[in-house]
Amino acid sequence: MKEKPDVLQGTLALMVLKTLDVLGPQHGYGIARRIEQISGDILALNQGTLYPLLLKLEHEGAIASEWGASENNRRPRFYRLTAIGRKQLQTETRDWNQTAAIIARFFEVQAEDLP
Amino acid sequence: MRFLRRFFIRLSNFTAGRRADQRLQEEMAEHLALQTEENLRAGMSPPEARRQAALKLGAAQAIREHHHAEQSLPLAENFLFDLRYAFRMLYRSPGFSLIAIATMALGVGATTAIYSVIDATLLHPLPYHHPSELVRLEANLPGVGAHDIGLSIPELRDLQNSGIFQYVSLSFFGTNNLTGSGQPASIASKSVTPAYFAVLGVDAQLGRTFDPHDATPGFNNEVVISDGLWKRAFGADPHIIGKTLRLDNDPAHVVGVMPASFRDQGQTSKERSTDLWAACGFFGDPAPPPMRSTRFPFDTIARLQPGLSPEAAQARLSALVASLKKQYPADYPSQGAWTLHLTPLAETLVSNVRQSLILLFGAVGLVLLISSVNVANLLLARASARGREMAVRQALGAARMRLVRQLFTESLLLFVLGGITGFAVLFCARKFLLRFVPESLPRLNDISISWGVLAFAIVVSVAAGTIFGLAPAWLTSRLNLTETLRQEGRGSNGSRRRSRLRHALVIGELALSLVLMIAAGLLLRSFWDLFQVQPGFNPTRVTVIEMSLPNPNDPKTDIYGTATQEAVLLREVLRRNRTIPGVEETAVSDRAAIPLGHSQSDRGMTPLVREGQEVRSSQPPLIDTLIVSPEYFHVLGMTLLRGRLFVDQDLEHTPLVAVINQAAARTYWPNQDPVGKRVRSSDDLGRAGPEWITIVGVIADARTESLADAGIPQIYLDIYQRPAKFLAFYLRGRVDPAAIAAQVRTRIQSVDPELPVFRGETLDDVLSSSLSVRRFSMVMVALFAATALLLAGLGIYGTISFLVNEQSREIAIRLALGAQRRDILSMVLRQGLTLAAVGAGVGLAGAFLVSHLMAGLLYGVSPYDLSIFASVTAVLTAVAIASSYIPALRAMRLDPITTLHAE
Repeated sequence: MKEKPDVLQGTLALMVLKTLDVLGPQHGYGIARRIEQISGDILALNQGTLYPLLLKLEHEGAIASEWGASENNRRPRFYRLTAIGRKQLQTETRDWNQTAAIIARFFEVQAEDLP
Repeated sequence: MRFLRRFFIRLSNFTAGRRADQRLQEEMAEHLALQTEENLRAGMSPPEARRQAALKLGAAQAIREHHHAEQSLPLAENFLFDLRYAFRMLYRSPGFSLIAIATMALGVGATTAIYSVIDATLLHPLPYHHPSELVRLEANLPGVGAHDIGLSIPELRDLQNSGIFQYVSLSFFGTNNLTGSGQPASIASKSVTPAYFAVLGVDAQLGRTFDPHDATPGFNNEVVISDGLWKRAFGADPHIIGKTLRLDNDPAHVVGVMPASFRDQGQTSKERSTDLWAACGFFGDPAPPPMRSTRFPFDTIARLQPGLSPEAAQARLSALVASLKKQYPADYPSQGAWTLHLTPLAETLVSNVRQSLILLFGAVGLVLLISSVNVANLLLARASARGREMAVRQALGAARMRLVRQLFTESLLLFVLGGITGFAVLFCARKFLLRFVPESLPRLNDISISWGVLAFAIVVSVAAGTIFGLAPAWLTSRLNLTETLRQEGRGSNGSRRRSRLRHALVIGELALSLVLMIAAGLLLRSFWDLFQVQPGFNPTRVTVIEMSLPNPNDPKTDIYGTATQEAVLLREVLRRNRTIPGVEETAVSDRAAIPLGHSQSDRGMTPLVREGQEVRSSQPPLIDTLIVSPEYFHVLGMTLLRGRLFVDQDLEHTPLVAVINQAAARTYWPNQDPVGKRVRSSDDLGRAGPEWITIVGVIADARTESLADAGIPQIYLDIYQRPAKFLAFYLRGRVDPAAIAAQVRTRIQSVDPELPVFRGETLDDVLSSSLSVRRFSMVMVALFAATALLLAGLGIYGTISFLVNEQSREIAIRLALGAQRRDILSMVLRQGLTLAAVGAGVGLAGAFLVSHLMAGLLYGVSPYDLSIFASVTAVLTAVAIASSYIPALRAMRLDPITTLHAE
């Protein structure tokens, strides 16, 4: 069986931020589910590794969290994007697109295209 | 920014404890529940749903650890763990810990002690604002070999207007008689131009210091007094300002009192404890009119313009000198090559002790190095004992770096505890230790065990701990797991690297102590030679007592103004002194003639004009001039070589006569008979007297100026022809040293009750205290060398014991196979001897380099003195053999059966 690729270093944070940006406040499980759905089960994600990352982002001020009330009497913890996080998401998105574009151009170049 | 924010939150979490783990557990439980529900919805059986949910979440414990690491500061947390563990380890082997801590305490304590002296003297020599702006000026005539000739008043004005300095000041240090308040006293005083305190940047605590109005011609009556004198003589009278003192029979008005913290600058401790400053213009009666060529041999200090470096100032000063020479060619003859040279004031104050202190610091640094090496060696020895512990911990999964960090924490703790202990001992013993510091050391009173010194002690111990703790920690944690575990504590293999390092450390220790011992040997030998030197005079049973005559500004009020007037007093005092029980002979001289017992500032250097050579240069050579009574030579046992000494018939109105020493004869009348030659000397203000003085005798050289220097030219004048104000009486005989000063005081004051009588010291004591700085550095270096030898002995003992332990199996087998016990003994001794030989070789090379630097501190012994090098090497070898002998004996007595069974 072919191994699923690991989550690229640093990209998980970007996925978390984008998820919160699109879906609004979410609990940990919701974020994990969403990442799985979007990546189409290609990524192997130990869902537990999400929690230290969420703590780190919270320490950095990119997200904030509070206990919320949800259906069937559970009290999950909800995470939401802060202003800092939104800005961080913007810059990182731009950086990511730039990197991706550069890489893409490298792949496009054929030997005969070179002067 | 983001990183910083994260760090601070983690720091606060670290200190505030942890509730985060609970939060995580709740969240994970929630997560599992949601996932399980989803799985159930997908149609799994409940147990399968839970299992799949847990699998998807991942290893809960790892996540918790990861989360915790994110939450807090793992480094700091681990450090605390390590520290706690290290304390427990030290507590568990108290013998080892005590020895290591004591060794480091010795090293750091000694280094810190010397540092505290250096901190006060070399690093902070000037207790004034912006000390780097302060400079001392020296005028030289290199063309005729004259140094520090002083300045004239017009030159002082030129300097003040040059723009190079904020303030320039002349000063002249001396003593004055203070009478009218209790016992007459001779107090240290300075005549200064008004800018003196402005140069130093200090203000009075009461009243004022001097202002430009005080610079009127002649002597002024305004004086500023020290806090000490104010309290001592005037009971801290708050209304002292405006009151009148009697100074040398002249009235003086107190205008200010300096703060208690103020200490004057100067090269001698006497000058630094000046009690009174008098404003002085240094021109007008009785000083000569301000002529450009009339220079005063006074001390010139100045404060540079802010921001001006001494180099830049020197460049501008040299330009000024060049333009003055052009402007006044008659006053600056070209053959004199007049120059002005400025030196940072701090440098001029400590120059005489700098070399000694640097030597001491070097010596103590070596002791510190040796003690650090010793502790590193101990740590390595322990490493083999802990091999198993390390192996087990690694087998259980401890990372190498983690072990290194923990071991390093342990050694660092040892070093720092040692440093703190050393500092504590030093702090408690500071009063006791300060008594050993010679009084002549500048700023002795400012030596203190301050926060800066504590910081130094801690920095030194941490640095030593880092340098000498890291390698043992690294090597301890480096081991071959399976082998160590299999060996079951049978000494550890894979320790070859460790034992190689141990050998290197012991060799280093031996080499360093050899260097120290050679330094100590050389100093000891110099000191001994100086002590044994024939001084050319006989100090035994001679007591010196000083007295000073008033020197009033108006010569007409001076009742001792002429030689004849003074002679009446002196002859009467000498007659009365001879009545003291036990006194056999008496003499009197000026202060400069006290052998080895006067400070440099009391030295009477006067120009010597020789008949027939007076026109050769405008600046005659300066010669050490001493004024003595006829009996002086006999009381001090100096030998006449040629001609005659002074006799009672040499009086004020008979032809002036002089006696010179051999060095003067050799220097100024080479290959001639100086007896009968005529010279002119000069008066206090540097003017050559008009009268010719005939040289009547030549005496053998006596080392009255410096024990280390035999050939200083000297000229003696007769006190009954050339009166002096600052006098010393000599009493030869068996007298009671405790009572003699009082006995002489009663006799002198029964003639004139206003004369201060002070001091009262045997010449032997004077001679011995003239060697105090040398003795101090010799004793200290010898002490350090002894410590180093002891530590090196311990080091070699430890290493050989360790080797014997490690080889006990091999030795047992050899014995079982029939080796002679003597062979075993010599085998072990040979190992010790090899270490000693290599150490001595390295040490000798080092000593060659170091002793060369010490040449200036030595007397009468070559820095490469063969006998010292040889004997010190022999001592070191002997100690090495002795310290190897005990473990060697143990090896020899090894019982093969028990040893082999024990394994």
